[in-house]
Amino acid sequence: MAHPTCQTKPVVFTPFNIICGIILLIGGVITILRFTKGIGAVTNLDDNNPWGIWIGFDLLCGVALAAGGYVTCATCYIFGLKKFRCAVRPAILTAFLGYALVVLALHYDVGRPWRLPYPIFFSQGTSSILFEVALCVFLYLTVLFLEFSPAAFEWLNWKRARYVIGKISLVLVIFGIILSTLHQSSLGALFLIVPSKLHPLWHSGYLAVYFFISSIFAGMSIVIFEHLVVDRFLHDKIDEEHDIESRNVALGFGKTASFLMAGYLMIQVIGIAIDNDWKYLGTRWGLWYLIEMIGFVGLPAVVYAIGVRERNLKLVQWTSFWTILGIILNRLNISLVAFNWQLPLGQKYFPSWMEVMTTVFIITIGVVFFKVIATRMPILHAHPDYPDDH
Amino acid sequence: MEPDYNTLQEFVTHTKGVAYLLIAVALVALPVFWRFLTDRDDKKRTF
Amino acid sequence: MGITRRQFFGWMGAAIGSQVSLHKDANAASNKHFTGYPGSMGVLHDISQCIGCRKCETACNKVNSLLPPERPFDDLSVMDQKRRPHANTYTIVNRFDQPDRQLPVFVKKQCNHCKEPACVSACFVKALKKSKTGAVVYDDSLCVGCRYCMIACPFDIPAYEYDNPFTPEVTKCTLCQPRILNGQLPGCVEICPKEALTFGTRDELIQIARQRIKNYPDRYVNHIYGEHEMGGCNWLYISNTPFADLGMREDLGITPAPQLTSGALAAVPVVVSLWVVFITGIHAISKRKEQMAADEKQADVGRVLKSEQARLTETVAKLKEKAKEEKEAAVKREVKKALDEAAKQARKTVSDPKALKTPSETPHTENQESE
Repeated sequence: MAHPTCQTKPVVFTPFNIICGIILLIGGVITILRFTKGIGAVTNLDDNNPWGIWIGFDLLCGVALAAGGYVTCATCYIFGLKKFRCAVRPAILTAFLGYALVVLALHYDVGRPWRLPYPIFFSQGTSSILFEVALCVFLYLTVLFLEFSPAAFEWLNWKRARYVIGKISLVLVIFGIILSTLHQSSLGALFLIVPSKLHPLWHSGYLAVYFFISSIFAGMSIVIFEHLVVDRFLHDKIDEEHDIESRNVALGFGKTASFLMAGYLMIQVIGIAIDNDWKYLGTRWGLWYLIEMIGFVGLPAVVYAIGVRERNLKLVQWTSFWTILGIILNRLNISLVAFNWQLPLGQKYFPSWMEVMTTVFIITIGVVFFKVIATRMPILHAHPDYPDDH
Repeated sequence: MEPDYNTLQEFVTHTKGVAYLLIAVALVALPVFWRFLTDRDDKKRTF
Repeated sequence: MGITRRQFFGWMGAAIGSQVSLHKDANAASNKHFTGYPGSMGVLHDISQCIGCRKCETACNKVNSLLPPERPFDDLSVMDQKRRPHANTYTIVNRFDQPDRQLPVFVKKQCNHCKEPACVSACFVKALKKSKTGAVVYDDSLCVGCRYCMIACPFDIPAYEYDNPFTPEVTKCTLCQPRILNGQLPGCVEICPKEALTFGTRDELIQIARQRIKNYPDRYVNHIYGEHEMGGCNWLYISNTPFADLGMREDLGITPAPQLTSGALAAVPVVVSLWVVFITGIHAISKRKEQMAADEKQADVGRVLKSEQARLTETVAKLKEKAKEEKEAAVKREVKKALDEAAKQARKTVSDPKALKTPSETPHTENQESE
C-alpha cells in the first residue's frame, strides 16, 4: 500500500497535481530513508520521548477525525434520521481512508512494522490498552472496507456482491459503532497508565470518556467541514439531493455537536473537581488548559449555537473547522505537550521536518485517494440503479 | 481450584483474556437471542 | 413426585450460595493482595555507600556484551551531566552535588524490576514479562517496537535502538537474568567494591534495609524507596539524602500499574454487550416509530375516506328521501291538479274534451342536479 510514487495521473499539470507530486516525491525519499536507516535517521524521537507526531497526530488525531463514519452511520441507520443519508458515503469513505492512513503511519512509527499482526494473531497481551486499540482498529478497518464496498460494487456493476453486502449492512453499522466506541475511548485510556508523566489537568480517570465524547463532535465537525471542501472542489460530482440535504446535515450536526461540547466541558470540570486539580489552573499549564477548553471547545460551541439558531450555514461550516483544530490541539496536548511535563524544556520533543513531511505525505495520499474515488464512484451522488440505497 | 496468581499482572492478563472471549460470546449470543425474541413479530420486521 | 419442597429450597440455597460465593471470589480477587512471586530476587542499593566509581557500569557493559562507550568508564567527568539508560547502556551512575555537604551523592540507575511493571502491563504482545526470579525480561522475538513500554515506565528506563532499521530492540537491565539462573550474582553487584549493592530475596533486602535505617537513624532517610512505589519494586534504595533531591520521584503513588488500566479494560466487555442491546433497541424503536407513523398515516387516510364515504351516503340518502318526498308531493299536487282539472272539466262538461291529456314531468328535472 505504501507506494508513494503512484503518480500515474493524467498528463494535465494542474496546480493540485504538481503540489501533490512534489509532496509524494519528498515523502518517497523519506520513506526510503526511514526503512533503510531506521527511525532515528528521520525523527527527533529519543528515549524520553518515544512517541512523536506520528502517534500524536497521525494516530490520535487521525482516528478522532475519522469518527465521522460511525457517527453518521449511527445517526442515519440507528436513530433513523433519513435526512442524513447523503452524508453517509462521504463520511464512510473519509473514515476508511483515515483508518487506512493511520495504519500506514503506524508502519513508519513502529520498529518492526511487519510484526503489526502479532498482537492479534500471535501473542495477545490482554493486559494492555494498546492490545484493545490494535484489535479494534484492525476489525474496524475491515468493517469500514466492507461498508465502503457497496460504492465500489455499484461502480464496478457487480450486482450480486452489491446485493450480498446490502444484506449485512445493518450488522456492519452496529459492529462499527461498537468498535468505534471502544477504540476511540481506548486511545484516551492509553494514557491512564502514566499519571506521573501526563499533566494532572489532562490526566483523569475520565480520559476514556473524554476521548469518546470528543470523537463524536469531532466526527460531526469533520462531516460538516468536508462538505465545505467537497462543495468547493468537487461541486460537479454532487447531485441535487446531496446539495439540498447537506444544509440540513450541517445544521443538524452543528446543533448536536454544540450540545455535546457543552456536556464535554461539563465533564472536564467534573474531572478537575474529582481529582481536586483546581490549584493547577492558576499555573501556566492551567492557562494552556483553559485556552484549549474555552478557546477551542467552549467558544466554538457557542458559535455553533449562534450559527444554528440563525440558520447561518457558513458560520456553522467555519465553526466546524475551529472545532477540528480544538480536537487536534487536545490530542497533541495529551500525547506531546502535557506529556513529560516535568521534563526540562531542553529535553522536550519537537518534530523534525522529515516527520512533519511524512505526515503531510500521508495526508496527501489520503486526499489523492479521496479525489480519485469520489470522482469515479457514487459517493457524492446516488447511483442511478440504487437511488434509495444511498 | 482456580490457579493462584502471584501478581496482579498475571491475574489481569488472565481475566481480561477471558473477557475478550466473552465479548465474542456476547456478539453472537445477543443477536441470536434478539432474533428469537422478535421472530414472531409482524411480517414487517423491526430489524 | 419429582422434587420435594425441601429439595427445592436446598437447590435454591445452593444456587444462591454459589452466586454469593462467586461474588465473594470476584470481590476477593479485586481486593486480593497480590504479594508477588515468593522468594523473588532483587538488589538493595545503599546510596550512602556509593562512591561513583562506575565499576558497575563497566561490569554491566561486559556481561551484557555491549558496545564500548564513547568515553572510557574511568572517565568520571561524564557524570557532570545527568544521564539515563540508553540503548547501549543498561545502567548509569549519576552524581548529585550537595550544596551543604562536601561529598557528592552518587545514585545508580537501572531498571527497578517492579513487582507489577507498567511496561509489562503496557506490552500488547507479551514481549515483556515479569519472571519468577524477580527480573523483568524482554523477548525481542515478539516485540513490534510500538514503544508503549517506554511511555508507560514511570522511571524512564526502557530505551530503544532508533538507529537500527531492521531489528530494533527495546533495551534495559535484565537483572542479569541468565547469570541469576546460573547461580551467579548480577554483574554490577559482583563488582561493587563497597556495600552499595546487595543482592538477595526482596523480603531479606527489606529486612536489611530496615535494620540499617534502625541502626543508623541519623544517616538514613526513613524511607525504603521501591518498597511501595508503583506497587513496589524488586530493586530497593536507602539513602542519606532525600530521594527527591536525587532525581527520584516520590510522587509516583503506590498503585500498581495494571490497576491503573484494569478499570478501563473491565468496561470493554460491558460496553460491547450493552451497546449490542442499546443499539439494536434504538434501531428497533426508530423502525417501529417509522412503522407506526406509516400505519397512522394509512389509518388516517382510511378514517377520512370512511367518514367521507359515510357522509356521502348519508347525503345521498337524504337527497333521495327529499326527492321522494318532493316527488310524492309533486305527484300529489299533480294528482290534485289533475283531479281539479278533471272536476273543472267535468263541470264544463261536454263542450271541450281535449283538455284531459296533460301529464307533468317537472319534479324530475329539479332533483337530478343534486345527485
